[in-house]
Amino acid sequence: MFALTLAGARAALRARQVSARELTDAYLGAIEALNPRLNAYITPTPELARRQADAADAALARGEAGPLAGIPLAIKDLFCTAGVRTTAGSRILAPFVPPYESTVTANLLRDGAVFLGKANLDEFAMGSSNMTSAFGPVTSPWTRTGDAAPLVPGGSSGGSAAAVAARLALGATATDTGGSIRQPASFCGVAGIKPTYGRCSRWGIVAFASSLDQAGPLARTVEDCAILLGSMAGHDPKDSTSADRPVPDFAAACRRGVRGLRIGVPREYRSDGMPPEIEALWQQGLAWLRAAGAETVDVSLPHTKYGLATYYIVAPAEASSNLARYDGVRFGARSEGGDLLEMYENTRAEGFGAEVRRRILIGTYVLSAGYYDAYYLRAQKVRALILRDFTEAFHNVDALLTPTAPSAAFPQGERMDDPVKMYLNDVFTVPASMSGIPGLSVPAGLDARGLPLGLQVLGKPFDEETVFAVGAALERAAGFAALPALRAGG
Amino acid sequence: MAYVIEGSTGAWEVVIGLEVHAQIISASKLFSGAATAFGAEPNTQVSFVDAAFPGMLPVINRVCVAQAVRTGLGLRAHINLVSRFDRKNYFYPDLPPGYQISQFAHPIVGAGVIEIELADGSTRSIGVTRLHMEQDAGKSLHDQHPGKSCIDLNRAGVALMEIVSEPDLRSPEEAGAYVRKLRSILRYLGTCDGNMEEGSLRADVNVSVRKHGEPYRTRCEVKNVNSIRFVMLAVEAEAMRQVAVWEAGGTVQQETRLFDSGRGVTRPMRSKEDAHDYRYFPDPDLFPLVLDEDWVEQLRRALPELPDEKRARFMRDYGLSAYDAGVLVAEQATALYFEAVARGRDAKQAANWVTGDLFATLNRSGRTIEDSPVSAASLGRMLDLVADGTINGRIAKDVFDAMAETGLAPDAIVQQRGLRQVTDTGAIDAAVAAVLAANPDKVAEFRGGKDKLFGFFVGQVMREMRGKGNPGLVNEALKQALT
Amino acid sequence: MSLDPVTVRRIAKLARIRVEDSQVPRLQAELNGILGWIEQLNEVDVDGVEPLTGGAQMALRLREDAVTDGGIPEQVLANAPDRAGDFFAVPKVVE
Ligand SMILES: [Mg+2]
Ligand SMILES: [Zn+2]
Repeated sequence: MFALTLAGARAALRARQVSARELTDAYLGAIEALNPRLNAYITPTPELARRQADAADAALARGEAGPLAGIPLAIKDLFCTAGVRTTAGSRILAPFVPPYESTVTANLLRDGAVFLGKANLDEFAMGSSNMTSAFGPVTSPWTRTGDAAPLVPGGSSGGSAAAVAARLALGATATDTGGSIRQPASFCGVAGIKPTYGRCSRWGIVAFASSLDQAGPLARTVEDCAILLGSMAGHDPKDSTSADRPVPDFAAACRRGVRGLRIGVPREYRSDGMPPEIEALWQQGLAWLRAAGAETVDVSLPHTKYGLATYYIVAPAEASSNLARYDGVRFGARSEGGDLLEMYENTRAEGFGAEVRRRILIGTYVLSAGYYDAYYLRAQKVRALILRDFTEAFHNVDALLTPTAPSAAFPQGERMDDPVKMYLNDVFTVPASMSGIPGLSVPAGLDARGLPLGLQVLGKPFDEETVFAVGAALERAAGFAALPALRAGG
Repeated sequence: MAYVIEGSTGAWEVVIGLEVHAQIISASKLFSGAATAFGAEPNTQVSFVDAAFPGMLPVINRVCVAQAVRTGLGLRAHINLVSRFDRKNYFYPDLPPGYQISQFAHPIVGAGVIEIELADGSTRSIGVTRLHMEQDAGKSLHDQHPGKSCIDLNRAGVALMEIVSEPDLRSPEEAGAYVRKLRSILRYLGTCDGNMEEGSLRADVNVSVRKHGEPYRTRCEVKNVNSIRFVMLAVEAEAMRQVAVWEAGGTVQQETRLFDSGRGVTRPMRSKEDAHDYRYFPDPDLFPLVLDEDWVEQLRRALPELPDEKRARFMRDYGLSAYDAGVLVAEQATALYFEAVARGRDAKQAANWVTGDLFATLNRSGRTIEDSPVSAASLGRMLDLVADGTINGRIAKDVFDAMAETGLAPDAIVQQRGLRQVTDTGAIDAAVAAVLAANPDKVAEFRGGKDKLFGFFVGQVMREMRGKGNPGLVNEALKQALT
Repeated sequence: MSLDPVTVRRIAKLARIRVEDSQVPRLQAELNGILGWIEQLNEVDVDGVEPLTGGAQMALRLREDAVTDGGIPEQVLANAPDRAGDFFAVPKVVE
């Protein structure tokens, strides 16, 4: 049963070869067995899942099943879920039970999905390792060959990626602000897409950096991602930044092929420090695409190298403001103090972890009087140049191919001493976030120590279809079949 | 004559600029669908957006934008077709997100002007720097509970227009006239009800003082002054305080103060003591607000006639004095009432009745012109009865009072009370004869040359006739009888 | 530009995050590390470049003016750490 992809499970459910309840119970059992070791879920929701599964079975029996009827999913604990605790991986939201359902999860429920529980994440989605969660780190189901040291699953959607990789869910919701879908997808050997900014509603998702945050799916295959995104996406009048555009048939796009497409190879991504095996995989990916009928073209994105530094001004600045609402007054945890000021300061010092506090302070600083122009305004201008680079490149090519991350997964505890070193994880994913363009990570190979590596396909704004077409072609060529040691049904 | 404060070191000029916060009339809030009505039970007009729950997002209200544009047009101001929302970041319990969504760098309305009218009949043009939209905060109640402040978010997120004047005002009177005129324009436009008691209109008063010809000195901002009288008193109190500080050799510190209306003084605001650094930046939840030029034109064409135009028209078409016209146009309802009375009649008479007896009656009864006991139609009809000689001018006063008391139409009152003017010369002659017979000494004095007594005889005859005699005929009859 | 301890404390105060004196040197070092790395943006020529606020730039949509929300005081107050009747409660503030 665990061998089924989301698409396969959907077919099996429709053919009544398996019931939604059976499928859900199997996944709930797997969570019970493996979650203590992986910590991929903060809050499993077995009762809710069984209720939803039963409802899906009833709908299937009536022939009124939605496109995701009975599909068990993990929900990143950044999506507000009505009546189910939503923590954002933070102490400050540990007691928070939202009375509302995010638009994205509501769309999934509309289509019949089953929610297995709330997946672990870096606190407020700030991190690339899942080490910053107040509910403990997520452990990757993968280990290096001959080395039992626990590895990070990537972040911030590390719980979602680990759950999908270890088969504790058929798919998962995730969010990406600078790479938080694509980097954990790469680390965990699963597929994940950050769609175009505005494709999915942000309503009901705990905000990190509003101009960057986008929801997207993580799943075992590119097609599974396409199916999930089809449900998650769509215009939402409650989000002013949500795009009023029809949602194309993404799954159909996976079958398009790449013949005649022009694939750009950004030469600036070829940084000096890139490990040879990642460089080799990238070349392999380009060769696969050429073999499938695409043409590969060198392009220049001269400002992408400033993406990360720009990101570390823009994202903390927006976060410093977005996280001001966690003040111990209307929801969440409060730490008492002698007066209002002390209450605020204690609440926020104790409620936020070190990385969140650090980013709030950086964000506060770069917006403060006398520094705004030097940092924030300059960053916005560099951001414009990064977008201009992509826009110009896309005059010439249909999509871009890059590695997803500069390394495979690393051991827990590594790179914790130097924030900048940790930030470098996102060097390849951040430019797309800064520009709002879609990016998909596809598992494409293993490094020398047996860890998955992903390739990233970037596309034009609102052209996820081409991204899916290229990603699916890569997936077919790569035939990635490696599985983590720790997994359900393994 | 210029307003100055005579200090021990000479005369001081007062420089005043006003930031008026005007609550936009709309059914729902600026960025949420919660209601805006005044006086609701605590936290009943609050959405999760207003309470800044995780994941909540703002969506702007079209009517609020239209109201801001219409106000800008009413202030003869430049409308910025592209404006933008910024976040003003600070922590306060009645500000749920920790920031106020406001327009800082790119307001929707640019420079405009307000004509103010002063008691001596003169007018002055006061510059409006800008008008921008922003959210109101909630309400902190500090006296509900011994150890706690209580927060009601009903007002949080209600749309405000902040209208900022140039520092063009020079006296308490001008400051008062500015707020009065601005309020009048807002009410005409229907963009703000101007109700200062309910906080729909609040003024932050920026005051500095200087010697004549000097550059500006440090100003202080007196926050949230909630009546026109208090605006004037706050200006005066703050200006006096600053003069005293300067003259004692001290330095006025730029700070935020509150007006204590009980003691008639301003004092520093404790909660605003720490230096603010609002860290403004463009709100990433909202794209720039781009207005369609045709839409703005449509709004412009649909504007009502505003007080300045109406005043000019009243002077031109009705021959009213600047003062009377000013009084009649201050409130749109008054102007409407006046025009209903004046149309096709003697406009000056109509103006006298409205600004005289009607205003006095409304004042006495504490009613507004909208629920005046005497309708414009009734007052007009009464003037017709005077014009056609049915009643005389003196009786008209009685008829008016009776209308105010009973709400009846003038014809009914004249009928019931027998107030029709007497034009029967027989009856008048009889009354004249009776008065002359009763006052032989006065008749002798008159005939001896004391002309002034003629008025006395008129009065006596009218009294004899219970006021109903036709004054012309009474005069005529007396003249004949006395010569 | 580099942060001194006074600025670290000022920023922490602005952000309403209590910082113990003992934490200041470490925070100062971390923040300066990040800011130093960010300085690379100074080499970019941004003359005449219009700042970009977000990844997508569309005109703002306007919603109709209708009361569609509110009237849920219990739900709004249900998560409050402290309340006094139908109010949120905070330590007393002197204005
Ligand atoms: Mg002000
Ligand atoms: Zn304001």
